[in-house]
Amino acid sequence: MSLAALFRHRDAALALIVAALILAIGLRAPVFVTPESLIGVLTDTSFLFMLTLAQMAVILTRGIDLSVAANLALTGMIAALVSRAMPGLPVAGIIALAVALGAALGALNGAFIAFVGIPPIVVTLGTLSIYRGAIFLIAGGAWLTSKDMNPAFLAFPKSTLLGAPILIVIAALVSLFFWALLNHSRIGRGLYAVGGNPVAARYCGIDLRVQQFLVYTLAGAVSGLCGYLWVSRYGIAYTDIAQGYELTIIAACVIGGVSIAGGVGSVQGALLGALFLGVVVNALPVINVSPFWQMLISGAVILGAVVINARSERRSGKLILRGSRRPAGNGARA
Amino acid sequence: MTSETCGACALPLHSGPPPSSDPTSSGHLLPPSAGEGALAASLFFEISIDMAVDASTQVTETSGLSAPILTLTGVSKRFPGVRALHNVNLNLRAGEVTALIGENGAGKSTLVKILTGIYQPDEGEIVVSGAPFICTGPRDAWAAGIAAIHQETVMFDELSVAENIFMGHMPLGAGGRIDWAAMRSRTAELLKRLEADFDANTLLKRLSVAQKHLVEIARALSHDARIIIMDEPTSALSAREIGDLFAIIAQLKRRNCAILFISHKFDEIFHVADRWTCLRDGEEVGHGAIADVAQADLVRLMVGRSIEQVYPKRDVKPGPVVLEAEDLANASEFDGVSFQLRAGQIIGLYGLVGAGRSEAMQGLFGLSPLTRGRVKIDGREAHIRSPADAIRAGLAYVPEDRQIQGVVLPFGIRANMTLASLKAHARDGFLSLAKELQTTKKFGGRLAVKAANWEQKLGELSGGNQQKVVIGKWLASGPRILILDEPTKGIDIGSKAAVHEFMGELASEGIAIILVSSELPEIMGLADEIMVMHEGRVVQRFARGQASAEMIVSAAIANEDAEAPCAGESGEALP
Amino acid sequence: MSLSNASPASRYDVADRAPRRLSDYLLRWETILVVLLIAVVIVNALISPFFLDFYNLSDATFNFSEKAILALAMTLLIIVRDIDLSIAAIIALASLAMGFAAEAGAPTFALIGIGLGVGALCGAFNGALVTGFGLPSIVVTIGTMSLFRGIAQVALGDQAITKYPASFQAIGQGYITDKAPIPISFVLFLGLAAVFGIVLHRTIIGRKLFAMGANPVAALFSGIAVNRIRFWLFVLMGLMAGLAAVLLTGRIGSTRPNIALGFELEVVTMVVLGGVSIAGGAGTILGVTLAVFVLGLTTFGLSLVNVPGIVISILNGVLLIASISAPAVAQRFLRGRS
Repeated sequence: MSLAALFRHRDAALALIVAALILAIGLRAPVFVTPESLIGVLTDTSFLFMLTLAQMAVILTRGIDLSVAANLALTGMIAALVSRAMPGLPVAGIIALAVALGAALGALNGAFIAFVGIPPIVVTLGTLSIYRGAIFLIAGGAWLTSKDMNPAFLAFPKSTLLGAPILIVIAALVSLFFWALLNHSRIGRGLYAVGGNPVAARYCGIDLRVQQFLVYTLAGAVSGLCGYLWVSRYGIAYTDIAQGYELTIIAACVIGGVSIAGGVGSVQGALLGALFLGVVVNALPVINVSPFWQMLISGAVILGAVVINARSERRSGKLILRGSRRPAGNGARA
Repeated sequence: MTSETCGACALPLHSGPPPSSDPTSSGHLLPPSAGEGALAASLFFEISIDMAVDASTQVTETSGLSAPILTLTGVSKRFPGVRALHNVNLNLRAGEVTALIGENGAGKSTLVKILTGIYQPDEGEIVVSGAPFICTGPRDAWAAGIAAIHQETVMFDELSVAENIFMGHMPLGAGGRIDWAAMRSRTAELLKRLEADFDANTLLKRLSVAQKHLVEIARALSHDARIIIMDEPTSALSAREIGDLFAIIAQLKRRNCAILFISHKFDEIFHVADRWTCLRDGEEVGHGAIADVAQADLVRLMVGRSIEQVYPKRDVKPGPVVLEAEDLANASEFDGVSFQLRAGQIIGLYGLVGAGRSEAMQGLFGLSPLTRGRVKIDGREAHIRSPADAIRAGLAYVPEDRQIQGVVLPFGIRANMTLASLKAHARDGFLSLAKELQTTKKFGGRLAVKAANWEQKLGELSGGNQQKVVIGKWLASGPRILILDEPTKGIDIGSKAAVHEFMGELASEGIAIILVSSELPEIMGLADEIMVMHEGRVVQRFARGQASAEMIVSAAIANEDAEAPCAGESGEALP
Repeated sequence: MSLSNASPASRYDVADRAPRRLSDYLLRWETILVVLLIAVVIVNALISPFFLDFYNLSDATFNFSEKAILALAMTLLIIVRDIDLSIAAIIALASLAMGFAAEAGAPTFALIGIGLGVGALCGAFNGALVTGFGLPSIVVTIGTMSLFRGIAQVALGDQAITKYPASFQAIGQGYITDKAPIPISFVLFLGLAAVFGIVLHRTIIGRKLFAMGANPVAALFSGIAVNRIRFWLFVLMGLMAGLAAVLLTGRIGSTRPNIALGFELEVVTMVVLGGVSIAGGAGTILGVTLAVFVLGLTTFGLSLVNVPGIVISILNGVLLIASISAPAVAQRFLRGRS
């Protein structure tokens, strides 16, 4: 019963775990729990927040998008190249370009998945290779460093709005968008419906294909946004940036309670899953643990999370016997 | 042929069933037709507007014969290898309950799916409130005022009650965002109307089966539907809940809704329905007023033949006891199931849908763990923990859900036939095509499987032939005890007869058979002994010829009133 | 025809076999792959005079034999609707174990045993999680992928182990004989492909695998021990990853934490291009073998004309999506016509 109760308040339990983790780290290294340090953690985790939410929307429909990190790297590279070619272009223009480009790349995934009917894992595996290769082709294999980027391009992600780092503000806005979409729009609730029970969704007049196309396009748009922000924040663009990040994103989803079988997941859960990984990554150097531990820890946490989820969700058979607590053998007999 | 006889708008000229109301005659007059056009369109428009107003639309019915608000004329639907519906006519009238009766596979569910826009008819015409009804999806059905409560609860376990009710038509507030407050309050209203004991925010997965049915009904009501289809709404309800449902139906009738009530239970049909329409093998075989018909007539019409003459069971002298089940039970599905089965004997296992029959048989076959009980084969205890154990012990189980549990659709006939007896068709682990083909020809021939060649994919065969292949697969495993779970569900009448004949043949060869079936004629015609299950327990046993259909059915729904209603607690009963 | 004497005459006339039509052969996925392979060879031969050189071609197989061996086991997993994304991480862990053993002075045969054993253990871990808890294999193996490689990273840091005995390195780098310079790894792949092909297409086990992929419930109801078989497939996958680790470690002569990074996606690409349905239940070892050659020779040919590997990956991606889409699009087009 306690496991079931825990599951019912899964997000609360995860929040407690993250809080306990922060506290425990704070006990060993008080510097970690200073406001500046915690804001640093949030800033570092901004990308993961946004991309985890986008991936969650995809997973809700029983899909998966392995191409988000490649999309991010490609749009980031193009943003950097465009900015170098047109130094006069304002940052807003760059952002709009990155979002549109990312959305287009995502829409390509969506078109193959929704309208040609190719399994998501196959399509996004393919576009993952294509987008990565395209970066090399477009840049001719070159690395773009901060020297190749103009000051405005580089300054934006380090700016603040009302005292808050702009990355946190953007992540908050994106989170708000997903919260509104998933909790307060018909489309968003429809995502839960098609993932939870595609047949029933059809009976409710919801078109799976439209939903699929939308979520992959959306995931692309968020990847594009993150592409510019990533390149400008770290001041570097090359073929391999964010390589393997798609798996970190999926890990954050799984830790956050998003069911890979579709139809289950919440905005706050996904954010907490991302925060968990963000805290771990940022805390390791603070408590003098080699960053090499990061991968091992996230792997163990993913496995722990799915096992706990599976155990609490495990169903027994249908309930046919009424009053099954009756002493055995008392059943009506002829 | 239909285009000449039917128009778009049915006028109230039809005088109902003929006075004699001979239920066996199927040649009722079609309603005379009138031209389609502006009149029809405006009528439809008005009605869809006044749907929300209920008190004002109360029509005092004097004759009981208002105009049909839904008319089906000559509707046909074909699937590869199956004629699901053929030239079906149906009228639904406001303020009346029309019972749709027919055996499994008679086409009732297909009809429901056509009315709700999941399928489109191949031929024929549907007229709703005077306007032709072209339905390409559920939204069209809602717009026309049609809502359905489906047989299998098609809902979203992880979402709230309110969302389940309003999925696809959630009320929107400012800026196009979902108006949760309105949704919850409307849900609360609906639930109050239905006297439900749970609230709008409850997650569906926390509800019992009966409560989920209430949510389905609430969903239909949320569309302000004028035409409500109830596809076996009582199959999972207790007597008290069924009473509640009938009160709701009466309420809907007063609101002038037309209800299509699909049920196997004649007591319910006679209690709640005003009219009836009967389907058999996809064809309408009669309709009329409930007041003018007797149950026996409906049964005869439904089955199309009398029980005694059609299902021949050769008289076989039962051999020794081969299978003894003692007090089988599992955690939540069945309890205290005991029986003895002799060679050459057929035991019929009857019960309503959800009585735990299949679950008990699957427990016996090692598909789910038993928590108690013993199984003896030839007097020696058998430890069956997996289907492989069961097969080794000489059991075979032809499952209920052919498509999911029975056939491997992308496989050919040969590969399906040998799937349960691969070892016998191989040498040192290598499969022998010749041996496989030999088995396939032997059983395929004996069961009269109709196919182009033995490599034909199962997906290309008709349901009846698929079922023959599944039965063949299990015969190829050389069983001594054969469990057949709804072996004739959803297959054509010819295949049905073949399966029945074959069962008799097998019994006379000394194979012991358990026949799980919801079809009374089948059970009564074939079984030497009938066990009736109810809520996971065997409640009655009858010897062949000892019981009437009424006695068996009343046993299957028995004792409900004696038990405490437990709609709310079943969700908590998990260990 | 003597067999039919035993069976009663059917009411219907049913042929023993499906009619053999030429179009069925021409439309087979393997045929398309053969055409593709010929095209790849011709184009490459035209582009570079060094392509059709026996020694060059023979050496080219070094680059894909390890992945090809992984693809064989992955084929079986995907046929039963599972997947293992942790294979590259298993290679890292197995390589690490061999590295430590080598530093402790273990002889070659012990190193091989350790590599295979660690691989099989990792596979058993995956299989136990997937079948024991009923978890989706994609999630489990994303988790174990981080876990296994994480262990390798923690143990190695940014170090590398390079102290391998020469006889061990010879396995990954060597040829069968000096007269016929065919790499051992390639011969191993061909041998394994034959074994896998026979098992999958001729034996009881193979039939069971296809049944499990096409309809797992019906397979279970037919007495197939679905979960036990799935468990052993994960063990087999791990064992093959261990073998790949032996070959790869020997070939490059070192163990680094990032060894075999990204292999899993390349292997899945090989399998899917080989015509194995990601939804399970369909696929052939011949198809996968052909796909291995198509991808391997494309890579080799392009690298001869100095196209960088990352650009070749574009081609692989396009090939993957186009090859899967083409039949679906064609089918829709034909259906739209009729």
